[in-house]
Amino acid sequence: MSNDIFIVIEHLDGKFADVSFEMVGKAKELASVLGGKAVAIILGSGLPANGFASDTTLFVDDANLAEFNPAAYGKVVEALVKEKSPRLVMFGWTAAGMDLAAWLSARLGKPCVAYAKEIRFESGALIVNSQAYGGKMLAEIAPSGDLAIVAVLAGSFPVEAGQGSTMATQIASPVVLDGLKIKFIESVKPATGDMDITVQTKLVSVGRGIGGRENIELANELASALGAVLTASRPVIDARWLPTSRQVGKSGRKVKPKLYLALGISGAPEHLEGMKSAELIIAINTDKKAPIFNYAHYGATADLFEVAEAMLELL
Amino acid sequence: MNIVVAIKHIPSTADDLPIKGNNLDFDSLDFVLNEFDEQSIEQAVLVKEAVGGTVTVIGVDLIGELDGVLHLALAKGADKAIKITANEPGADSHQQAKWLSEAIKGLSPDLIFTGVQASNDIDGQMGPMIAAYLDLPYIGGVSSVEVAGDTATVNKEFAGGVGAKYLVNLPAVIGVQASTKPPRYAPISKVRQMAQTAKIENLEPVGEASAELTFKKMAPPVMTGHAEMLTGSSKEVAAKIVDLLKSKGLV
Ligand SMILES: Cc1cc2nc3c(=O)[nH]c(=O)nc-3n(C[C@H](O)[C@H](O)[C@H](O)COP(=O)(O)OP(=O)(O)OC[C@H]3O[C@@H](n4cnc5c(N)ncnc54)[C@H](O)[C@@H]3O)c2cc1C
Ligand SMILES: Nc1ncnc2c1ncn2[C@@H]1O[C@H](COP(=O)(O)O)[C@@H](O)[C@H]1O
Repeated sequence: MSNDIFIVIEHLDGKFADVSFEMVGKAKELASVLGGKAVAIILGSGLPANGFASDTTLFVDDANLAEFNPAAYGKVVEALVKEKSPRLVMFGWTAAGMDLAAWLSARLGKPCVAYAKEIRFESGALIVNSQAYGGKMLAEIAPSGDLAIVAVLAGSFPVEAGQGSTMATQIASPVVLDGLKIKFIESVKPATGDMDITVQTKLVSVGRGIGGRENIELANELASALGAVLTASRPVIDARWLPTSRQVGKSGRKVKPKLYLALGISGAPEHLEGMKSAELIIAINTDKKAPIFNYAHYGATADLFEVAEAMLELL
Repeated sequence: MNIVVAIKHIPSTADDLPIKGNNLDFDSLDFVLNEFDEQSIEQAVLVKEAVGGTVTVIGVDLIGELDGVLHLALAKGADKAIKITANEPGADSHQQAKWLSEAIKGLSPDLIFTGVQASNDIDGQMGPMIAAYLDLPYIGGVSSVEVAGDTATVNKEFAGGVGAKYLVNLPAVIGVQASTKPPRYAPISKVRQMAQTAKIENLEPVGEASAELTFKKMAPPVMTGHAEMLTGSSKEVAAKIVDLLKSKGLV
């Protein structure tokens, strides 16, 4: 048992994820309260691993870890955690972290809190606030025992606090990485699609509230009238009503336009991740409790079709 | 190919979500099929159509109301439905994952699908936990699955439209984000027909596990910001938005 905090660092295409820096910053704060160390754990191959403000950085440099592989990454993290018994293991609640956090929790029989927004120790006891029900609820959770796993929602803590220049210690993989049941084949580049939504200044964005393919035309008309480009939340893309290149959010694109007009979008954490720093957010939603209203600058509890048609008449 | 799909019904987030004690008031909520399970059912049916086999849907029935989503899954192309009757609305994910793994083990599946997640998560996701308990590989965030022999080629999504292809040895647990093709629509008449004719197999919960955590509180988040609300009829709202955009030089 130690009072150290492990941060499992994430990278894609050689670039470290912002949430990793966020977690390192938070871990330093928590570790100083506990009297332990913030230990950044980097799994990869040939990475520039010295850019974190962690007390210690361990770099497991192995060709099998060059790209994310849940089978390989899981084995390595499990071995390191068993060997060094940290007090807390932090993952990002990301495509990679989601594969590992709950898995590790079940392997070790230790608690896991996903969607973490706040983490603190109160008289030595860990308390985590976790977002639930698409952001409509915040739960307060007390994991028990001497080791807990927390998966952090991106955007919860400042990035800068985790940036630094700690020299990484390179170590060999603590486990043999052969016979893996999952093999990385190749990266898939983003669909080039019809346009780059990240460089547009005005976006009209539709969510599941748009109801059906037949209503996309109305939204398109409104976008044209505003000189804007039409984007969407994930369900609209998954239904194939718009091309993948138009998806805003966690697995889609991150946008920061001058105007983001959200029509029939609830504001799930995964959507907010992609647009919450837009300069002007206006949201139309029939549900007055939709989380999007907590992030929009202006909003209206109204039917998107009525508002869109009325706007078209005025433009 | 013996395909098992774990499905979950969750409180609809379109609802008001009333609180009772330190959690939601489960008695007064509307339950719906987790949106990602609709995708995983479709993915399972697509694999079955491509390589043959059967699709079994399974769920832990926590509130005695799972039949509806099981019937829906059957109407969407699943062949068999199983429920583990627990009637414990507060059972945590680890406990449910244990029950599911024990039941799934008995089915000797080649492929297990779960949804990538459910919106009411606190302690992570069921898919990775089932994989851990069954000692099988897990990969989630998957948006296409192609089976050949005893392997599956899957596409996993990361961020910014970037993804990666992986080759997975079966049996494996796969967390579905989106199916290769959009889920097909099941007409109400077919769902109703399933409700009248389908047999749902009932299993006792077996095994024990705990999430090792205490729920202290559940409440709507206290937000520092809130949109300035534009009031009036839809026409008035539209006019206010247009004025706002004009005043900011955006139109
Ligand atoms: C790993 C992962 C990655 C994800 N990545 C993304 C991503 O990149 N982008 C993304 O968007 N999502 C992503 N999601 C999905 C996300 O969790 C939500 O499911 C999604 O954002 C919900 O989209 P929505 O708001 O359009 O739909 P819903 O949440 O269903 O909301 C629809 C809204 O429309 C409103 N509405 C209905 N009718 C009307 C009307 N007539 N007028 C006005 N309002 C109306 C409703 O009140 C509701 O608030 C991801 C999920 C996971 C697990
Ligand atoms: N009670 C349950 N019964 C069956 N499957 C479940 C249950 N809970 C979760 N799952 C599966 O696990 C996925 C992720 O849910 P969750 O772990 O709640 O995020 C769901 O999409 C289901 O496939």
